[in-house]
Amino acid sequence: MSQSLVTMSYIVATILFILSLSGLSNQETARRGNYYGMLGMAIAIIATTLSDSVNSYIILLLALLIGGSIGVKAALKVEMTQMPELVAIMHSLVGMAAVLVGYANFMDGSSTITGVEKTIHEVEIYVGVLIGAVTFSGSVIAFGKLSERISGKPVLLPGRHWLNLGLLILAIGFGQMFLSQAESGGGTLPLLLMTLVALAFGVHMVMAIGGADMPVVVSMLNSYSGWAAAATGFMLSNDLLIVTGALVGSSGAILSYIMCRAMNRHFLGVIAGGFGTASGGAAAVIEGEVHPVDAAETAQILLAAKHIMIIPGYGMAVAQAQHTVNEITKLLRGKGKKVGFGIHPVAGRMPGHMNVLLAEAKVPYDIVYEMDEINDEWDEVDVSIVIGANDIVNPSALDDPNSPIAGMPVLQCWKGETTIVMKRSMASGYAGVGNPLFVKDNTRMLFGDANKMLQEVLKDLKG
Amino acid sequence: MKIGVPKEIHDGERRVATTPEAAEQLIKLGFSVCIESGAGVNAGISDEAYKEAGVEIVKTAKTLWKKSDIVMKVRAPEQHPELAIDEIELLSQGGHLISFIWPAQNEQLMQKLAAKQATVLAMDSVPRISRAQKLDALSSMANIAGYRAVVEAAQHFGRFFTGQITAAGKIPPAKVLVIGAGVAGLAAIGAAKGMGAIVRAFDTRPEVKEQIESMDAEFLMLDFKEEGSGAGGYAKTMSKEFIEAEMALFARQAMEVDIIITTALIPGKPAPKLITKGMVESMRSGSVIVDLAAEQGGNCELTEKDKVVTKHDVTIIGYTNLPSRLANQSSQLYATNLRHLLTELCPEKNGTINVNMDDEVIRGSTVIKEGKITWPPPPPTLSVAPAKANEAAVPAVVTAPKKSLIPEPLKQLLPLLIGGLALFGIGSAAPVTFMSHFTVFVLACFVGYQVIWNVTPALHTPLMSVTNAISGIIVIGALVQISAPGFLITVLAGLSILIASINIAGGFLVTRRMLEMFRK
Repeated sequence: MSQSLVTMSYIVATILFILSLSGLSNQETARRGNYYGMLGMAIAIIATTLSDSVNSYIILLLALLIGGSIGVKAALKVEMTQMPELVAIMHSLVGMAAVLVGYANFMDGSSTITGVEKTIHEVEIYVGVLIGAVTFSGSVIAFGKLSERISGKPVLLPGRHWLNLGLLILAIGFGQMFLSQAESGGGTLPLLLMTLVALAFGVHMVMAIGGADMPVVVSMLNSYSGWAAAATGFMLSNDLLIVTGALVGSSGAILSYIMCRAMNRHFLGVIAGGFGTASGGAAAVIEGEVHPVDAAETAQILLAAKHIMIIPGYGMAVAQAQHTVNEITKLLRGKGKKVGFGIHPVAGRMPGHMNVLLAEAKVPYDIVYEMDEINDEWDEVDVSIVIGANDIVNPSALDDPNSPIAGMPVLQCWKGETTIVMKRSMASGYAGVGNPLFVKDNTRMLFGDANKMLQEVLKDLKG
Repeated sequence: MKIGVPKEIHDGERRVATTPEAAEQLIKLGFSVCIESGAGVNAGISDEAYKEAGVEIVKTAKTLWKKSDIVMKVRAPEQHPELAIDEIELLSQGGHLISFIWPAQNEQLMQKLAAKQATVLAMDSVPRISRAQKLDALSSMANIAGYRAVVEAAQHFGRFFTGQITAAGKIPPAKVLVIGAGVAGLAAIGAAKGMGAIVRAFDTRPEVKEQIESMDAEFLMLDFKEEGSGAGGYAKTMSKEFIEAEMALFARQAMEVDIIITTALIPGKPAPKLITKGMVESMRSGSVIVDLAAEQGGNCELTEKDKVVTKHDVTIIGYTNLPSRLANQSSQLYATNLRHLLTELCPEKNGTINVNMDDEVIRGSTVIKEGKITWPPPPPTLSVAPAKANEAAVPAVVTAPKKSLIPEPLKQLLPLLIGGLALFGIGSAAPVTFMSHFTVFVLACFVGYQVIWNVTPALHTPLMSVTNAISGIIVIGALVQISAPGFLITVLAGLSILIASINIAGGFLVTRRMLEMFRK
């Protein structure tokens, strides 16, 4: 296949990728978008394989098949609640691939470029490996935190900002060494050392970020994996890689921005790690009486209501309660009640996590609303049920300027007539902030495992 | 421990201190419960219903008092009309008693109970803090009294409450004035409003204005500055000038309204006289006054305790047993209050009570502990206080914004400036081939920016997994390298192909799986 034909295929693939992402703008076109993506990928791989520079077909096919089947298996097996973990580990794979490609490219002595072009090429390799390594180690730690193999608490080393700065200076120093040694054909050692520094940086960065900031981290790593691909594209002078990398990179960046805005946190603040460390005076102490209810009373309250809003949080995913929630929703809708879902952008551990879980349980997506769609309508809601969420329904975010989550937009369910909060215990959420919602006069607490309690509620609703 | 519930002996008392539902909960706490036969009959609860809940039925009051470690009652102990013996005599030495006591008014009773070495918890002394709301029997009884007051008023009022326009003519709605918007007052407002009346309410405490208005009633403002809130959320005695202004207001209202419900009480004092004889005379004939303060002497000068009297064509109701007139409901609420108290007393759920004097709620309720009079308790700490401290703290935080080192306009321009310089730097040094790639890169970033903003938030997870799959495009980099000379390069490239293809296959498939789920 001639080079021009390959390039043309790349252009087609690029267009298909853009169409793929734009297809996700709504649920109707999303499936088609995904197929565009697959088609684009197939065209790109086939065109490259058939191009003149490739001839080791056996290894190539073998690697594709093994990798592909691992991917298929993982995709079919994964639980929807584990999506954040899967996404995180896949980011790490992109990062690792970028590192490997960078090394391979560095060792490939067949290029003939010289002078400034050579220097630029070396910088590209260096940067590509750097981003790849940070993405890799950061994603592995994120995976560990999401799958609870590592504690979700932020690990704050003393002087961590200085540590980060030190690592950055080291990376730049090694870069200098690398460039000067590469002139004479060397440079492997500084490259290796820098990789270690980058790995350490990735670990340190994600370790310092708390569980509630996970949606930001996941989308940030998503962005990094894109930039890693783009850097590889520069290294290989391949426009397809550059475009795709840039698409993915900006996608992740926008998601991070949306997540940060949803938590009223500054992006740099999240990256610098630690939750609530910057807040001023002591937050107000929560005092008052909680009003516990049992499943039967909850069912009574629901039966008396006309307009019900369900607010799911990470706790629903943990308890695997989404199917029971759907059963209850169906039952209540069957009784002529208006039932909706209110989704906070950072509910769960990754952007859109709750939507996927509800979709899995076959909740129709047209009754699932975004926060901005419903936050003005709470006074029309008779009953809202908070399932395993805490910080996203915390009134102190609006009332208490000393609260660590002050200024974060929250679902204002307390403006409705009654709020039922389902929780395992009175422990505070990931942000470690007390929640005055729980002691409001119109709040009822239903303690226990969300799924178990909802099943009891369902039974009482039927009975 | 054994809990015993005797039949109430006070004349006209129809309530009972436990219900089958509450007894069941008590048994769950580890207690055994017995009840005097027929105790619940006046509240519409049969012995059989108690038996079903696992309660032992005891024939006579004497055996019941003797058997029980804890006696739960509604009214304070008094002379038993049939046995001709004081109930205190029946209480076993060192036993526990939980009931209404009114220690301030019943000093003699307190002495007698103390002599018995008894431990006594008075339901009227439960501290008014938010944690104790669920065992506040005064509030639950006041709630019923307020409701019942409206029912009694309706009974004696010769007209509709609600206004109607019928073929037979127009009926104006009844006008109801509620004086004192405590629990009873608010309940009366709710009931009267529910029946369709026009409701006005007055209270000396300005903070209840909001509560009254939230119930759709009109708050009668007195153009007079004086704070009427005393300790513990109760009202206090007002100044002479205030009372004069208040009386003038009532006099005006008396000529207008059809029904007056008075609930004004000041703790430990006789009820203030708010409705004078002259005001009653000025009311329209057929009007009704319900005086919920009759027990403490009445808010109306003409009230006669426990009686319904008609004076100057106005019916004045002075019942003091309104909760008892709704015996089933009030028994249920009172029994629940008692159950909550026992839950507090028995945190281990092992059927024995621990009168823990360090607990604010228990300390407040306990008037005699093992023969020692512990009444009155130290004043309760109000949970309202910290909220006020916060309000003061807030502005202090707001007024201290952080001063930035860099002036504001420069701060906004700085990223642009740095970006511009960086671009200029790259442009001046980079070769042409790099620049063409860079062009593609920057344009692709903008395309990505435009496209991604259109993605609906509900699809953010599929977006991430599909971008994951797409970033597997890095496989291309490995593909072009795999045929380069050198074993190590082939291994590295082969590995990257493997890894990237996991991403591609996994990413697209899992996205497909997710998208299939999104159904209308």
